[in-house]
Amino acid sequence: MFGQANVLAAGQAGFPPTVDDFYLPSILPWGQDSIWFTKITAMVWIAVGVLIIFFLATYRNPQLVPTKKQWFAESIYGFVRNNIAVDMIGHQGVRFAPYFTTLFCFVLLTNAFAIIPFFQISPNSHIAFPAILAIISYVLFNYIGIKKHGFVKYFKNSLIPPAPWYILPLLIPIELFSTFIVRPFSLAVRLFANMFAGHMLLLVFTLGGFAMLSANAWLAPVSVLSWVMTIALTFLEFLVICLQAYVFTVLTASYVQGALADEH
Amino acid sequence: MYFLAAEGGESAHNPIIPLWQEVVVGSVAFAVLCFVLMKFVFPRMEQTFQARVDAIEGGIKRAEAAQAEANQLLEQYRAQLAEARTDAAKIRDDARADAEGIRQDILAKAREESDRVIQAGKDALAAERATIVRELRAEVGTIAVDLASKIVGESLADEARRKGTVDRFLSGLESTGAR
Repeated sequence: MFGQANVLAAGQAGFPPTVDDFYLPSILPWGQDSIWFTKITAMVWIAVGVLIIFFLATYRNPQLVPTKKQWFAESIYGFVRNNIAVDMIGHQGVRFAPYFTTLFCFVLLTNAFAIIPFFQISPNSHIAFPAILAIISYVLFNYIGIKKHGFVKYFKNSLIPPAPWYILPLLIPIELFSTFIVRPFSLAVRLFANMFAGHMLLLVFTLGGFAMLSANAWLAPVSVLSWVMTIALTFLEFLVICLQAYVFTVLTASYVQGALADEH
Repeated sequence: MYFLAAEGGESAHNPIIPLWQEVVVGSVAFAVLCFVLMKFVFPRMEQTFQARVDAIEGGIKRAEAAQAEANQLLEQYRAQLAEARTDAAKIRDDARADAEGIRQDILAKAREESDRVIQAGKDALAAERATIVRELRAEVGTIAVDLASKIVGESLADEARRKGTVDRFLSGLESTGAR
């Protein structure tokens, strides 16, 4: 608790970093205890604005033979459409491709803020945003399933696996738990925890370097090592950013596919 | 342990409890994003993809149609060419036959004409000859009688009515001359 006290006393981030380091001060109104407009929410709006402007600008006047920018925008959509939607769901997956692409782009860009200079924290390290996306995925796949099969048949398909009757009493609760209860939490927590842990790691190594330097000048080489580790971990973080955006989209697609499937 | 401490005492924040303000902001922002991208961008991309597929497949189809048409035209031209060749051969044969016929006709006509001309000449000659012979006969008779009268000293003109004598003589001359 001394670290915490030091932070407050010195007015700078201390070591070790805490959960409080994720909760940034209000920008408007400045310095007050409001969370409507913080760096986190600002980044969400920036992500939305950047994506809208990027796609509208590159696709304002689409050509049959694409320009470079148009090709870039198309390859993002084409990647999600062909490699996620169609691969997972099949031909009828094309109608979900617009949502999946929006989801993928949003998660990828908000994740990417974790390593972009001056942003350097991902909004997804606040569970509110992954939770929204997970709830949308949850509602989406249940809605699609019920619409396709009807309420009773959908739940029968989802809950009753093709197994001998005497094992069903064991399987049905497991299916119920895994499909209808755990899924939204696992989706949200997976993304949140990855981004939270990534930011925490970078904080530990960056602040650790400063902490060691201020503790003892002889530890300077170790501080440098710590900062080198930060750079290395930034690369790892880049991998996690892309992977988590991909995983979130693929899992959503997989849930939709499961809801659409005729048999279990 | 720090986490628990933060939760217990100093920190007001629990990272796995969402802040409702952020939920509101995130929902609105993501809804705006979804609305714009899913309404104005991705459907147009899908249209462009479709247009591209159509353009390529249409191009292939058009090329195939053009190829088929070209093949058909080629066949047609070949057939027409073969037909034209047989026609030409036939026409040539006909022409040759016609020419032969015409040549024969002309030859026949020419022969006939020459025969006719020769015959006419012969006839004219014969008529001329007959006239001359007749005139000569009369003249020679008269001269002979005149000569004879001079030699005899008296007119034998009366005797001339006995022309048969002169004629007989001349006939004798003719027959010896002809021989």
